[in-house]
Amino acid sequence: MRSFRYERSTDPGRAVALVAGEPDAAYLGGGTNLVDLMKLGVARPGLLVDVTRLPLDSVETLPDGGLRIGATVRNSDLAAHPTVRRDFPVLARALLAGASGQLRNMATVGGNLLQRTRCYYFQDVSRPCNKREPGAGCSALEGQNRDLAILGWSPQCVATHPSDMAVALVALDAVVEVLEPAGARDIPLAEFHRLPGERPDQETTLAPGGLVTAVRIPALPFGRRSTYRKARDRASFAFAAGSVAAAIDLDGGLVRDVRLGWGAVAHRPWRPRLAEAALRGQPATEETFRLAAEEELAAARPLTQNAFKIPLIRNLTVRTLVELVEDSAGPGGEAGPTGGTAGVDR
Amino acid sequence: MVRTSPRADLPEPPYRSPVRLSVNGRPHELDLDNRTTLLDALREHLGLIGAKKGCDHGQCGSCTVLLDGRRVKSCLAFAVAADGADLVSVEGLAEDGHLHPLQSCFVQHDAFQCGYCTSGQLCSALGMLDELRQGWPSVVTPDLAAGPDGLTEPEIRERMSGNICRCAAYPHIVSAIREAAAAEGVR
Ligand SMILES: Cc1cc2nc3c(=O)[nH]c(=O)nc-3n(C[C@H](O)[C@H](O)[C@H](O)COP(=O)(O)OP(=O)(O)OC[C@H]3O[C@@H](n4cnc5c(N)ncnc54)[C@H](O)[C@@H]3O)c2cc1C
Ligand code: FES
Ligand code: FES
Repeated sequence: MRSFRYERSTDPGRAVALVAGEPDAAYLGGGTNLVDLMKLGVARPGLLVDVTRLPLDSVETLPDGGLRIGATVRNSDLAAHPTVRRDFPVLARALLAGASGQLRNMATVGGNLLQRTRCYYFQDVSRPCNKREPGAGCSALEGQNRDLAILGWSPQCVATHPSDMAVALVALDAVVEVLEPAGARDIPLAEFHRLPGERPDQETTLAPGGLVTAVRIPALPFGRRSTYRKARDRASFAFAAGSVAAAIDLDGGLVRDVRLGWGAVAHRPWRPRLAEAALRGQPATEETFRLAAEEELAAARPLTQNAFKIPLIRNLTVRTLVELVEDSAGPGGEAGPTGGTAGVDR
Repeated sequence: MVRTSPRADLPEPPYRSPVRLSVNGRPHELDLDNRTTLLDALREHLGLIGAKKGCDHGQCGSCTVLLDGRRVKSCLAFAVAADGADLVSVEGLAEDGHLHPLQSCFVQHDAFQCGYCTSGQLCSALGMLDELRQGWPSVVTPDLAAGPDGLTEPEIRERMSGNICRCAAYPHIVSAIREAAAAEGVR
């Protein structure tokens, strides 16, 4: 590992000045991704600026019922937060489906958003990777790509974003608050991560030296009827093979509104807007759910080893929505404002 | 106060830093290469070799310790970032020569074979039980808002999934944790 200098600050502006002042400086959150990548030689910062003592560690309820989550809030604290559990269960479940208890105690919200892909070739400095070394080539295109993208990839890069949390956040229309050398601004989460295109090394729209200070979730009255489903190779402590975040608002047997997020399918947390549009105003049935998922998946291009992700995501989407509809119709389930009696074809 | 002398192979400042750590109740002042992980600080600098280096990449849990009361993987934390923290490793669990009740349960239930993962399992289980006491849900908790409905086997297995046991002593680890929790009134 390369030697590095270490600084910590309690002032966000000073932290940004430190990182923006040096091309090879990096922020250090919980370290659960960065320390690993430094050991692997993938990340070689010369200066680490520790963000964990910045005053960004609180969860605030906004007047409209939304939430502002500080960037250094630990994943475990966020998942355990009473408001998150009650109003945005999809977020709590996504967090709890990620990593392990110990890692969630360390991982921060900012670090989770900026964690790097788990593509084998990105993590192996002996193999070509356009993300690590632009122009070197992509080893995954014809290599081990079972875990990688089916949507939005380019011949330069087929990596996926590994975060579970971000999939829930993209479905919830979250906004990332950042402090950049030029000042503070908001970036919608759906525009925060880039698709790889010709520049897979540029992963986000955050300016160099930019610090994530918070994530804001707008109020969503039907956020209480939301959940997260993750398919993986073992029951716990594994990255997703595919995942679905969903929230649904029913009007009798019709879908009044819906929010979806798909994980482990693309270079960014995927917001299936075509599927959402296909669902609004339609009967809340298994059939509509399937057709909507298929409409979005028409654009999917599987790689040599991951065609299974197409039916996987379709089925996960259907099961997740059916579960939400049944929960609201079933005994003890909170019926919607119009009495959730949606029929589900079986 | 225990001081360790600077090692000959240490890089110059600013590539090393003074680090204050309380470990199992004893204060230490260290002078460490910034690259030193908490795990290496314990093992290489303080001679506390209870926490094990299984993978060094956050994947196995054998390095689990309690940092300011919470379970963490010490292989993925730089010691310098933990400056000022209060750390408990497996060496700090027994008191006055008496095993911690959880340790006794591990012995009674035969919850290990080679023992390599055990110190991590113990620290992780203690952190986990504390999370449970605070009502934290897990991904297998049916009603997130209500919180965990008892320390069932699926709850223990899910919450302990960050600790791998190559000897697959899992059934006995689960029963040891259950007994220790029940004795404490956590069910
Ligand atoms: C074994 C293992 C299993 C895992 N399994 C899962 C899983 O199933 N699901 C999942 O979602 N994740 C999983 N993870 C990944 C884990 O969630 C991330 O490593 C973690 O969320 C990163 O947060 P951190 O605070 O530790 O980030 P760090 O490692 O500290 O930083 C990560 C990146 O973010 C940058 N950064 C940190 N904070 C900020 C900020 N405020 N502003 C700007 N940049 C910042 C850093 O410079 C670095 O580039 C796993 C990790 C491991 C090691
Ligand atoms: S040594 Fe830390 S998790 Fe394996
Ligand atoms: S007892 Fe051998 S690894 Fe767990």
